[in-house]
Amino acid sequence: MNPLAAILVRDMRLAVRIGGGAFMGALFFLIVITMTPFAVGPDLALLARIGPAILWLGALLASLLALDRLFATDHDDGSLDLLMMGGVPLELTVAAKALAHWLTTGLPLVVVAPLLGLMLNVDMHALGWLTLTLAAGTPALTFIGLIGAALSVALRRGGLLLAVLVLPLTVPVLIFGVTAANAAIAGPTPFSPAFTILCALSLASLVLGPIAATAALRHGLE
Amino acid sequence: MAVIDLANPTRFLRIVDRVLPWLIGATVFLLAVGLYRALNAPDDYQQGATVKIMFLHVPAAWFGMFGWALMSVAALGTLVWRHPLADVSGKAVAPIGAAFTFICLVTGSLWGRPTWGTYWVWDARLTSMLVLLLLYLGVLALYWTAEDPGRGARAAAILSLVGAVNLPIIKFSVDWWNTLHQPASVFRIGGSTIDPSLLTPLLIMGLAFTLLFVTLHLAVMRNEILRRRIRSMRLMQAQEVHA
Amino acid sequence: MNLGPHADFIVAAYAVTLFVVAALIAWVLLDYSAQRRILGDLEERGVTRRSRRKG
Repeated sequence: MNPLAAILVRDMRLAVRIGGGAFMGALFFLIVITMTPFAVGPDLALLARIGPAILWLGALLASLLALDRLFATDHDDGSLDLLMMGGVPLELTVAAKALAHWLTTGLPLVVVAPLLGLMLNVDMHALGWLTLTLAAGTPALTFIGLIGAALSVALRRGGLLLAVLVLPLTVPVLIFGVTAANAAIAGPTPFSPAFTILCALSLASLVLGPIAATAALRHGLE
Repeated sequence: MAVIDLANPTRFLRIVDRVLPWLIGATVFLLAVGLYRALNAPDDYQQGATVKIMFLHVPAAWFGMFGWALMSVAALGTLVWRHPLADVSGKAVAPIGAAFTFICLVTGSLWGRPTWGTYWVWDARLTSMLVLLLLYLGVLALYWTAEDPGRGARAAAILSLVGAVNLPIIKFSVDWWNTLHQPASVFRIGGSTIDPSLLTPLLIMGLAFTLLFVTLHLAVMRNEILRRRIRSMRLMQAQEVHA
Repeated sequence: MNLGPHADFIVAAYAVTLFVVAALIAWVLLDYSAQRRILGDLEERGVTRRSRRKG
């Protein structure tokens, strides 16, 4: 089997196993959305108004919490060192791991989002567009978060340091994601400019994320 | 005494020891002149005396942003050119740049309340500066939590470069976001070109801040070099004890 | 010096700036004297940066 495909499949298998945390992200997402009305009040009009923003914030936080796993477990049992010494360029290895991470953590968020949107009384017709923005934006969250994960594994400090590093970098993704989602609901601004830029951010992060993360791993673990 | 001497920590320390007293003197002098001119500047016909805050706020903003640019250059020096003092320089800039960004945000907030009616508004410029402060705090967190200073420095270097790429993107995205959510009244700082009676104190304060920045930067670099010396001496000592 | 009706804000702005800059300077100075003291201690005890045993 192609080595990159092997890494992809391996990571996905590990994530899905008990203790792997694949669906923890979706569960956390559900919990955050459930708690929002407790904090904000059950007023449906208000929830509909802030719904897209809450969904995006929930997806961001859920992605963030799962990023810890990306390198930490491999680092702990030594497989990260093996991957770094392997024949495959580290950038591609890292990208494959990130893709596996998105498929097992980000994609469940996207799948669950329409249901949660209903709970927040988000306009039904806009749910599709909202889900589309999440589908386009969550890869950016994973691949940008990749950088923070690589930086914090090299320093052996996970958790909050990772969040502190990653969150400012994800600000543009959040802004364009919510803008696009709101545009689909309320108009008058059109959906496509913000959405296009969101896609551009994701595509750019697909390239830049692995490069920066590889540099962080190499310099941090040498 | 060539520029190449600046690559050698020992020689660098000697140069700093000689130059620093002069820099301190120049800084104090310029700050005194600048503050005098600033506090005696005429009132703006629209804002009144509160324009005096501008003389602190604008130079602080300049150096908050310049600090990150300097950190990015230092990062290239660390990762690409392997200059021995690059990571020392980058580490020294971080707290100084963060402090200036903080001053910028606070003085801006205090300027905003009487002049435009609010302590804070989520307009593009303020929001981008706030995110810049968050990025600074992230870098400081990296330095603070790293056990190995070399690793911490390289990690911080990478974050500096990533942040440098991201800063214009943030500025652009927040601009866009703010354009869509813009309230009816538009906040604009300064309006048209600044009158010379206000421009001159501003430039003098800018120069004073420049010297302050350079002086602090060199002083912090010196401390960092000494700190690393101590660390290697202690490691050497520990090795010999266990020999 | 007449600072106008919003004098409090102007004073506060200058005070905050002064405080932050002073805190920075204080940190630099204290750190410097601490490092110098430790270096002095180490040198007194004969610790050097190069290994005494040349291999």
